[in-house]
Amino acid sequence: MKRTGVFICHCGINIAGTVDVKKVAQELAKHPGVVHAEDYVYMCSDPGQNLIIQAIKEKNLDNVVVACCSPTLHETTFRNTSKAGGLNIFRCEIANIREQCSWVHKDKSSATQKATKITKSAVEKVRRNESLEAISVPVTRRALVVGGGIAGIQAALDLGNSGFEVILVEKNPSIGGHMIQLSETFPTLDCSQCILTPKMVEVSKHPKVKLMTYSEVQDVSGYVGNFKVKILKKPTYVDPDKCNLCDECTKVCPIVVPNEFELGLTGRRAIYIPFPQAIPASYTLDIKACPGLMPIACGKCADVCDVKAIDYDMKPQIIEEEVGAIILATGYDLYDKANMAEYGYGKYADVLDGLQFERLCSASGPTKGQILRPSDHKEPKEVVFIQCSGSRDPENHCAYCSKICCMYTAKHAMLYKHHVHDGQAYIFYIDIRSGGKGYEEFVQRAVEEDGVLYLRGKVSKVFEDKGKLKVWGVDTLTGKHIEITADMVVLAQAMRPAQGAQELAKKLKLAMDKDGFLAEAHPKLRPVESVTSGMFLAGAAQAPKDIPEAVSQASGAAAKAVTILSQERLYHSPTVAKVLSNLCTGCGMCVQVCPYEAIAHKDGKVEVNEVLCEGCGTCSATCLRAAIQVKNLTLHQVHEMINACLGG
Amino acid sequence: MAEEFEPKIVAFLCKWCSSAGSDLAGVSRMEYPPNVVPIQVMCSGSVSPLYIFSAFNKGADGVLVSGCHPGDCHYIKGNYYARRRIHLVKKLLEFVGLEPERFQMSWVSAAEGTKYTQVIKEFVNELKPLGPQNKLRRNP
Repeated sequence: MKRTGVFICHCGINIAGTVDVKKVAQELAKHPGVVHAEDYVYMCSDPGQNLIIQAIKEKNLDNVVVACCSPTLHETTFRNTSKAGGLNIFRCEIANIREQCSWVHKDKSSATQKATKITKSAVEKVRRNESLEAISVPVTRRALVVGGGIAGIQAALDLGNSGFEVILVEKNPSIGGHMIQLSETFPTLDCSQCILTPKMVEVSKHPKVKLMTYSEVQDVSGYVGNFKVKILKKPTYVDPDKCNLCDECTKVCPIVVPNEFELGLTGRRAIYIPFPQAIPASYTLDIKACPGLMPIACGKCADVCDVKAIDYDMKPQIIEEEVGAIILATGYDLYDKANMAEYGYGKYADVLDGLQFERLCSASGPTKGQILRPSDHKEPKEVVFIQCSGSRDPENHCAYCSKICCMYTAKHAMLYKHHVHDGQAYIFYIDIRSGGKGYEEFVQRAVEEDGVLYLRGKVSKVFEDKGKLKVWGVDTLTGKHIEITADMVVLAQAMRPAQGAQELAKKLKLAMDKDGFLAEAHPKLRPVESVTSGMFLAGAAQAPKDIPEAVSQASGAAAKAVTILSQERLYHSPTVAKVLSNLCTGCGMCVQVCPYEAIAHKDGKVEVNEVLCEGCGTCSATCLRAAIQVKNLTLHQVHEMINACLGG
Repeated sequence: MAEEFEPKIVAFLCKWCSSAGSDLAGVSRMEYPPNVVPIQVMCSGSVSPLYIFSAFNKGADGVLVSGCHPGDCHYIKGNYYARRRIHLVKKLLEFVGLEPERFQMSWVSAAEGTKYTQVIKEFVNELKPLGPQNKLRRNP
């Protein structure tokens, strides 16, 4: 029989205060196969670890069980200790007698009994463990960044500057994301385009960054260190190398559709450049708007193009790339305003959302930086801003706080006052959440310097009355009903995951939270990692974020990706599923349930791809014949552990 | 007066949520009855019906399976398989005459130490009036 040593930690009085550690040692010493059992005040200390190493050598131990705190804390410590004593790391198991026993019970006798059972269960497990070595795989030392907003740009720059090749994929014709649409940014009132365009230029000219705009990720297969990615490059029908931006094509194009970049405040032609600083600087022919890609249908743009940049025969292309790490920076969109019928959006031209108001303030916007009502192009003298429009409303809209709206509404009100000096801004709010460096001071500035009137309460209704907008609300501080006759209403719409991000997440098998944002691996300790190893999250794809947070998370995600890309080889836990071929009938039920597509049919049986397998064990619970089992947690091991837990 | 019956319970806790949740209960020094001995599994989806039958066969008075909340599975969808499978096992156990209270499933996240404590307390309280489980025990 295998020789097992058991080491029981007092953890000062954390364990010994409730569990009679001496008794546990005595009981374990009687257990079959246990040849050594001792207790010590702090097993994790150097002397404690030396006790283990010494015992392994002197008592010729095959296995070690340390009864101590949760394995999440010291499993690595004690496995390395066992390795130092000459054992395979899988010959060491932890019995959690602190978090799951001494800390949650008061009665010493029953806690001692329970600690004994937990420790015996670990003994039964470890004596049946296999010695395993980590599975090693080579790493493709390039990265993919999905999303060309500020988060994606920052992540691509950091990776490129670390010396790794990066593919930056953006679904729109230009990089820049939502940040390029913003007028000014809080709390400094920096011009958004002025601080973003240098980064856009840098990333587009970076020797290590391959920019793929108007492209979408279609499929990802493989695993950490070795992903295979299929990218669809949509045809722009304009050759960016030939196009000299003469703008003749837009002058002849007969089609006008709403301009997405200006959020419908103006129109654009079917052939267009999204905005003057677009990167790549080239036109795109919107196939959905164009009457037809042939001279007989229209063909006016090709006729006037002197440099022959327009190519109606351009086809969609599927480009395959191999990468070792993926960063998702798919960003956000605003909550659909069609849901806000009570605020009259869609019905009244002068009810706008936050991004539309940004465009009105922007010097490059449709009004060249003048704040004018879309309905009659007059300057609004009274503007009502409504915060939490769609946020913090679990009954009707989104339950969460969109986090940035308090700040950008303060900024909007301030910008409005800077444009319209004799105007009055009102803000309806539930709470002001201005946590962040310089943020609270910024809100105070809006109140004190710009005379913005904050009203604590919600708006119940917005309706048109004699060419103006009547806003009915309540001020909960005075308990009074409020009616404001406004010229314009601006809704601080909730942030939602970007359109298409959820479909992408499904393709990539990424977990999402209840609101559809990409889920991080741990809310506190692994905030930039996804639950799939090798895939990282940056920016508002994970949760509503402002620019500084998106940038720092992007740099964090890039640094995490570098921890993979800087390795020659990666190591993967070897506690994966294995097939007992003599029992396997090849029925394939395990193939169907595997979340990682790690099991495949082969020669009438199944076979596990050890690199893809994460060791979850769903296959083993599905197999009718117990023909597939996870190494070091086999059915036999669990049976024996159950026995020990029940005191048998 | 006879000593109060103390049920023996085996709990299969997934590593990522429920085991972490029970660790949090410990870190927060919450208190619950010592009747439950936990076995950490990788995923609630790996809990084979055989584990459950084995536990009752070896004399458990109650069995708990606890995993991540639906949608939060560390392995994407293991807990959905667990939910379906455990529903069937529960039906089967009821069919053979076992009291339905003896076999339960719960969703406890890594942040829900309080919920774990609550689940254990309630489970123990529900099992106490039932007395020992002899239906499936090998040597009653």
